[in-house]
Amino acid sequence: MSTSPRILTLRVLRSSPVEGEAPHWEDFRVEEAEGMTLFLALTEVRERLAPSLQFDFVCRAGICGSCGMLIDGKPGLACCALTRDHGTTITLAPLPVFELIGDLSVNTGKWMRGTAERLETWIHSAAKPDLTAVEPRMEPELAEAIYELDRCIECGCCVAGCGTLRMREEFVGAIGLNKIARFRLDPRDERSDEDFYDLIGDDTGVFGCMSLLGCHDVCPKGLPLQTQIAFLRRKMVAVGLK
Amino acid sequence: MRIVYTDVLVVGGGLAGLRAAVGARRRGQDVIILSLVPPKRSHSAAAQGGMQASLGNTFKGAGDNEDVHFEDTVRGSDWGCDQEVARLFVHAAPQAVRELAAWGVPWNRVKAGPRQVVMDGQHVTLTEPEASHGLIAARDFGGTKKWRTCYVSDGTGHAMLYAVSDQAVAERIPVHERTEAVALIHDGTRCHGAIVRDLVTGELSAYVAKATCIATGGFGRIYRVTTNALINEGIGAAIALETGVATLANMEAVQFHPTTIFPAGILVTEGCRGDGGLLKDASGHRFMPDYEPEKKELASRDVVSRRMEEHIRAGHGVKTRFGDHLWLDITLLGAQHINGKLREVKEICQHFLGIDPVKDMIPVRPAQHYSMGGIRTDAAGQARGLAGLFACGEAACWDLHGFNRLGGNSVAETVVAGMIVGETMADFVESSAGELQVSTALVREFLEREQAKIDTLLHGNGKENASELMRRMQDIMTEKVGIFRRGDLLQEAVDELQALLLRSRKIGIDTKRAGANPELVTAYRLQKMLKLALCVAYGALQRTESRGAHFREDYPRRDDASWLKRTLATWHDDFQTLPTLAYESLDVTRMELPPGWRGYGAKNAIEHPATEARVAEVATIRSAFERADRYTVQQALMPFDHLVPEAFRGRNARPGEQTS
Ligand SMILES: Cc1cc2nc3c(=O)[nH]c(=O)nc-3n(C[C@H](O)[C@H](O)[C@H](O)COP(=O)(O)OP(=O)(O)OC[C@H]3O[C@@H](n4cnc5c(N)ncnc54)[C@H](O)[C@@H]3O)c2cc1C
Ligand code: SF4
Ligand code: SF4
Ligand code: FES
Repeated sequence: MSTSPRILTLRVLRSSPVEGEAPHWEDFRVEEAEGMTLFLALTEVRERLAPSLQFDFVCRAGICGSCGMLIDGKPGLACCALTRDHGTTITLAPLPVFELIGDLSVNTGKWMRGTAERLETWIHSAAKPDLTAVEPRMEPELAEAIYELDRCIECGCCVAGCGTLRMREEFVGAIGLNKIARFRLDPRDERSDEDFYDLIGDDTGVFGCMSLLGCHDVCPKGLPLQTQIAFLRRKMVAVGLK
Repeated sequence: MRIVYTDVLVVGGGLAGLRAAVGARRRGQDVIILSLVPPKRSHSAAAQGGMQASLGNTFKGAGDNEDVHFEDTVRGSDWGCDQEVARLFVHAAPQAVRELAAWGVPWNRVKAGPRQVVMDGQHVTLTEPEASHGLIAARDFGGTKKWRTCYVSDGTGHAMLYAVSDQAVAERIPVHERTEAVALIHDGTRCHGAIVRDLVTGELSAYVAKATCIATGGFGRIYRVTTNALINEGIGAAIALETGVATLANMEAVQFHPTTIFPAGILVTEGCRGDGGLLKDASGHRFMPDYEPEKKELASRDVVSRRMEEHIRAGHGVKTRFGDHLWLDITLLGAQHINGKLREVKEICQHFLGIDPVKDMIPVRPAQHYSMGGIRTDAAGQARGLAGLFACGEAACWDLHGFNRLGGNSVAETVVAGMIVGETMADFVESSAGELQVSTALVREFLEREQAKIDTLLHGNGKENASELMRRMQDIMTEKVGIFRRGDLLQEAVDELQALLLRSRKIGIDTKRAGANPELVTAYRLQKMLKLALCVAYGALQRTESRGAHFREDYPRRDDASWLKRTLATWHDDFQTLPTLAYESLDVTRMELPPGWRGYGAKNAIEHPATEARVAEVATIRSAFERADRYTVQQALMPFDHLVPEAFRGRNARPGEQTS
């Protein structure tokens, strides 16, 4: 086993729409360190080699969903990607579908806010909660099942991996369908299946999905996107037949 | 000149800012939120462990109420907190949890019947009461008498942040993402909004507001090793300081979290110890009981962190080429528990260490975690020194936490303070004091001043390198203003930071572009962060005692006689290199819980002259009201009802407790 560290080449797709700078590849060389993540590698590049390099890290711990990018062509969170799991040349490109801000930075925030507004991803309830009263009960298993679907960190990896979205911009994507599944499961949300059908009962919603499952494999949170989409489709077909 | 007008400007889209914004919006105000990042990416999302509120639903939480939560909080603070604020907080916390439940947070729920838990290294069976089935559950956290920390597996902050953020969307509150407030507009007595930089285009604009609220979170990034997100740079606190009139308080009160993975500094939640995890040394020995026979791993964070460092100094750490560490052992909790309730911890261990905590111990060492200090406000959230300026969340020193905050009390503070400040701001905007009276000349002056600063950085002839200065500052803070502090080292830190501040005025920048420019951002933030670092280091140097998280090896005793006071820092003109410090005494004669021993840690405080009399007075009141209910006793000891906004009055119901 050799002891000298690898020299990595980070091949980054750079661009700056604001400055009118067209996309082009640029290579940066860094020495690999023990336990190095792409967060550490890119930070080093910015500090030593390219002070203008744009990327978005916030939590650097796989929690906030800021740092999605195409890593060797596959969507993933750069802060959790250990360089030792990759070859000596690692290509990095911004996530497709989203508005490009510059270099590896894309505007997922705008897209996600759009999704939240369109699908109304909040609890719809007519009752005003009585804050001093003992809270309404919920089965422990149900609470955990809701959390399972609530774990989405809006990183956009599933969006970037989705074939439908590249062709049909208005498609809500796996993330949108997962959100609907989450609120549908939650008894505190008073919306009915008919209401949900109005939101996703066409080919910008659940009927647009071609079940190619480019989304499922790339979700860093391992959300059960495949089963949720299939389940939701059956429920919505049932409403459609009524 | 681009000017945006609004009733309420909330700077910060974390839990505190969002909740305050929703509150003001529901009172009919126009609200705009500014955030460096999409709000759901704020650091609140990283809170894994939970939120304290005395619901008393579980077997180990039975008998819990506001009184117990209050005492735990005051003891945790090492008597540094504002007790009235603590009362207000423990009163509103159950309401905040229940509101979040109604907004969709999937709190873990009580399952009636027997269940296996790990306590003090032993497997124990607890039987949860039938009457609580389906109510909100709670786990154990450090420094608490009852199991009080409500949680959503280990994604509590995430679930809370998403719920509140979605409420803000429901209320149609615009969030201007990727924007940064770089200065407050003010005339020396009244705040009129902020100068805001668009982080994509680089454009500066003025946001003119009747009420401005700073909710920008903590400033952990002045340290090299920290659990905080990269964006926790304290710019909100710094721009308040730079007004010269607003005040920062207790900046030297910095918390270090015991268990962060080594060496990356990424947090593993206190829930690991709460759920039964143990701390072990190089020889596999569980050492905490040797130091803290009563609370062991679950003493407050300041105490556990210090004991760990002490143990490492005594040579019991595991040696590596990055330095020494200890072990956190959660293997005894079993695969099912770890894969379910501690999954984020498992993911973090896998991603960053390549280990499986079901089988392997986790290498840990304390790191900077939380800023108790911040913008000094009153109990309603109004900032001292500048009308129309408000603050809440970690950016504020509302003074719930004093010199040490309890785990789970911070996310609780964000939403509770947000609830209160939302009301305060709405009241203010509706009042005559809230009217907008600002001249465009003033706005222009501020805008031009900020533009000039940026132009100087971009086109001046400075030669200093911003990243290098940043690294140096962070090293100084971690090495000399850390867990153990000493006069000579603190003096060195202050001297070196002052020198850095002078050098930071001569930064040069290679990237000349005005738009997205990370190098420029580092440069102007560093200039502000150095001021905060100086407030911390200089405050720590002056405070010749040990209290909570502030520990002076040369002054190891808590000194109530001289130091039962809050440090206040201001920065009058831009050419100062040190903050101006002043002190405000805490009034022992009005304390519901007069100073005493915390129940863990050292037992050697120097008593305040008024303590004895107040202890006797409290005892007299308690015996006089022997037959009265707890609300009446509390009211007699330290009334706080006048601080509770109308919307949050009323007694909190609990299963099995009479409220009237
Ligand atoms: C890893 C970790 C785990 C934690 N776990 C727990 C826990 O289990 N329980 C608990 O009680 N507490 C916990 N805490 C503490 C708690 O999470 C934080 O104190 C709390 O979430 C802070 O919330 P906030 O709203 O004040 O700030 P943040 O959530 O940090 O939000 C700050 C906001 O301000 C914005 N902002 C900052 N500066 C500017 C500017 N200049 N202009 C415009 N916008 C700006 C940011 O974009 C962001 O939206 C934890 C902290 C960490 C670091
Ligand atoms: S299954 Fe395919 S089409 Fe459907 S959301 Fe996933 S990637 Fe897109
Ligand atoms: S569903 Fe998964 S991949 Fe898609 S945004 Fe959420 S966390 Fe990311
Ligand atoms: S930086 Fe937060 S997920 Fe990568």
